[in-house]
Amino acid sequence: MKTAPSTFRRTSLAVKLGFLVLAGTSLVFAAAFYYNHILSRRNILRNAETNARNLAGATVSRIEAVFNGVEKIPGYMALCMEQCVWTRADLIALIRNGVMANPDIFGSTMAFEPYAFDPQSRFFAPYCCRRGADIRQSWLGSDQYQYFYWDWYILPKELRRPVWSEPYFDEGGGKVIMTTYSVPFYRTINGQRQFQGIVTADIALDWLVKMVSSVSYLKTGYAFLISRNGVFVTHPDKSLIMRQSIFDMAEGTTNAPVRQVGLAMVRGATGFVRLESPFLGKTSWLYYAPLKSPGWSLGVLFPEDELFADAQRMGRNILLIGVVGFIGLFLIIVLISAVVTRPIRALARTTAEIARGNLDIKLPLVQSHDEVGELSYAFENMRVALKEYIAGLTEATAARERLESELKIARTIQMSFLPKHFPPFPEQAEFDLYARLEPAKQVGGDLYDFFLLDDQHLFFSIGDVSDKGVPAALFMAVTKTLMKGIAMQGGLDPAGVLEHVNKELCMENDSMMFVTVFCAMLNFRTGEMIYSNAGHNPPLIRRAGGRPEELPLPRGIILGTFAETRYTTASLTLHPGDTLVLYTDGVTEAMNPRQDLYSVERLRETVTAVSDQTPETIVDAIFRSVRAYAAGAPQSDDITVLVLHYHGAWYPGRDLNARPAD
Amino acid sequence: MSGFFEFCNWLCCLTTMNQEPHAHRRWLLVGLVLLSGTLALKAASADTQPVVFVPQWEPQAQFAGYYVAVEKGLYARYGLAVTVLRGGPDQPIGRLLQEGQADFATTFLTSALEKRSRDGLALVNIAQMVQRSSLLLVARKSSGICSPADLRGKTVSLWPDFAVQPKALFRKFGVEPRVLTQSATINLFLRGAVDAASGMWYNEYHMLINSGLEEKDLTIFFYDQFGLNFPEDGIYCLAPTLKQNPARCRRFVQASIAGWQYAFQHPEEALDIVMRQVTAANRPTNRVHQRWMLNRMKDIMQPPGAPPMGTLTEADYLRVARELKDVGQIDTIPAWNEFYENCALDIPTDQLGR
Repeated sequence: MKTAPSTFRRTSLAVKLGFLVLAGTSLVFAAAFYYNHILSRRNILRNAETNARNLAGATVSRIEAVFNGVEKIPGYMALCMEQCVWTRADLIALIRNGVMANPDIFGSTMAFEPYAFDPQSRFFAPYCCRRGADIRQSWLGSDQYQYFYWDWYILPKELRRPVWSEPYFDEGGGKVIMTTYSVPFYRTINGQRQFQGIVTADIALDWLVKMVSSVSYLKTGYAFLISRNGVFVTHPDKSLIMRQSIFDMAEGTTNAPVRQVGLAMVRGATGFVRLESPFLGKTSWLYYAPLKSPGWSLGVLFPEDELFADAQRMGRNILLIGVVGFIGLFLIIVLISAVVTRPIRALARTTAEIARGNLDIKLPLVQSHDEVGELSYAFENMRVALKEYIAGLTEATAARERLESELKIARTIQMSFLPKHFPPFPEQAEFDLYARLEPAKQVGGDLYDFFLLDDQHLFFSIGDVSDKGVPAALFMAVTKTLMKGIAMQGGLDPAGVLEHVNKELCMENDSMMFVTVFCAMLNFRTGEMIYSNAGHNPPLIRRAGGRPEELPLPRGIILGTFAETRYTTASLTLHPGDTLVLYTDGVTEAMNPRQDLYSVERLRETVTAVSDQTPETIVDAIFRSVRAYAAGAPQSDDITVLVLHYHGAWYPGRDLNARPAD
Repeated sequence: MSGFFEFCNWLCCLTTMNQEPHAHRRWLLVGLVLLSGTLALKAASADTQPVVFVPQWEPQAQFAGYYVAVEKGLYARYGLAVTVLRGGPDQPIGRLLQEGQADFATTFLTSALEKRSRDGLALVNIAQMVQRSSLLLVARKSSGICSPADLRGKTVSLWPDFAVQPKALFRKFGVEPRVLTQSATINLFLRGAVDAASGMWYNEYHMLINSGLEEKDLTIFFYDQFGLNFPEDGIYCLAPTLKQNPARCRRFVQASIAGWQYAFQHPEEALDIVMRQVTAANRPTNRVHQRWMLNRMKDIMQPPGAPPMGTLTEADYLRVARELKDVGQIDTIPAWNEFYENCALDIPTDQLGR
């Protein structure tokens, strides 16, 4: 008995279904999640950029407003210087008023070229600056402080345009960062516009530092300001301020993108970029925009993880919900599948039992009207049909067995009709005779017979009933009995015997059976033999020393068809050493596996090979040959062979065992 | 004597047994030698001698070796208690040496010769530390300057104190650019007010790069490429200082050289020390810049084929002195053996303990 493969049992239908459905939904979920993730990231980033731009824009505008306000004062003073010649006192008053006019201005000077204001004086640079609420005036310029070589002076002079200086710590070495706006002024002398000096306005940047420091974005995002040289003017890390440039930072962290951003910033570009670690120690985003007046740049920086913190939390929660949901879904699917497949599993168990032969087992009752119900119903029908069929089969088998046993008995009886003692007539030395009938499986209709009619006549015959089975056997028994009875009455030649037998057979032959018969009477004293034939195969005759020939037969049709049929008797004389071979078509029509017939020709050859042997040897040889030829093909018909060897007339003193003289 | 041999044997055992990387073994040896030297020196001198040293400029990695020698106790091992003054424009080394506020100072070879000539200071070079000119001329390629000849008609800013080399270069190429006085910053060049500017390789050049200029956009003229190599930082003292106590000068120079060697071998530790000095002086600089400076100091102090640290070759000396005399910066060229005494050489045993 085969058993189901173990793997089949391990991954049940429920689990398989669960996995398949889950895999499908997971795919859909993943796609949706990814799409949502990408889209929300993009939106967040876009919003962040907008916010950062607004934040930077607002801060820049506020700073620019101050710077622009400051720029007006020295611009105005420079214009004043170009218009007319000023006295020393008016000049100082002008500077003082300029400082007073704008509270953002910390100090201001008007520095002249050597000897330009006063031909006696190399330095002329009155300086006014706030000291608390007052405005104090002092003089710049000495051998130690030759202002002509300082950036605030020489840069606008050489560049011939106003310049905001790089931020610097104020002279007192204090903590206040300052920057100076310097405007060159000219005067037309002898028709030539000549450089005369520089007007400046210093502004303290503490307000700016405070303003930029107060900018925050998200949790730890911040703003910073770098100068035109990339130096940090404001930064949450105070140690960077005025000490380090964004390029130093890039070099210190070997971060090339930061250098590129720095370059863009000092060139006055606007941008929004993603940067790896240096600023915050993690990936962050930077929005930068220029402060146009001084050429500085403001950056708003915030870490990416804070930007996406909400989105990430949401994503995590969605994922969690998904995972929990999927586990729940999986359990539900498995549960439902288990419920749905329970009858199937019960059915499987039951059919396995049925397969083991237990047809009495009750199939589980399935109430549902679905496919499973139908299947269950069909299985129940099958079981019942199978049970009935097997019961019928058992009955039929029993009947057949009974019949077969009856047939066997019939066969035994039939065979018992045939003379089976050899040698049959030990006292008769004139001839030797051997016959054998090998029945096919079923009860067949072959017959042979021989008996002595008197002390010098032997009657022998061979026949073949047209059909098989019990009727044929009975018909054969009747034929044989009739033939013997009629022949024993005496006075009839073989044709007469056949005519009488035919008449008797035709009388009650409702089943329209017939039989072929060859019969002969041999006067073994003389060797004369008369014979007649009713549709049987011509026997072979082998004259002593010759080849087997077919015995010439008188015409005569089969027995059992027409009551009035006439048969003819033929005669012939046997000489000592002659052999007669009678056979039924079971010999010549025996088939090999290729369905070729054994044929008379082959029989003749077989007989030739053993012609001088005893009848029993010849019969054995024929049967061996036929069996060899059939090569295992089933025997379809009875095979009967009767061999008669004629020794010649007996006389006293003749050695019965000697071979007949040829 | 037998004790000394035992010590040597023990040392050999130590070195052969030690299967650590080679460098460690070498350092162990160096350490032991230093230790033994110090012990010898300590035994020789009754106590440590106070020494005041002033570098020619504000604290930065240009003087890393001296700061390291102080902090790592190298001067102490040589029997010196060294005080390093803060240098800078307010602390001219000439005045400090003359007034006896400092024993030793560093300065450029040109500055030393000029001070000797102009102020009559009897400055003696006891060790030449920087062999190769760090001074350079930098220009923008966009100004069309690719060789010194291209400076014709351009504007160049120069430091008045270091104008000899550039002017010699101009003469050499027959160009007369317009020269502006360069201030303490590099903004004239950064803002495009000049086409070329002076700078130190270890300082201004790096500041230009880290103010947003790209190396590929710049042309640099190193003076040694044009036969105008002027050795720069050297250790100086007044002639009497050397005469009175040459051993002390040798100890100072050799401990300083040991300080430099240590700084080059442990750059990050040296930078820690430099940054402490920088922070204390509230200098507007940063570690990245100081790292660059320290690396360049190594390049200019130990260029390929350079003589041992402390050596001033007569050829270099004469080249510089003649150039200065030619342009009238100095009147006479001081005698070679009056100007230079190599204190980096080993201390003769007969001078020990003097």
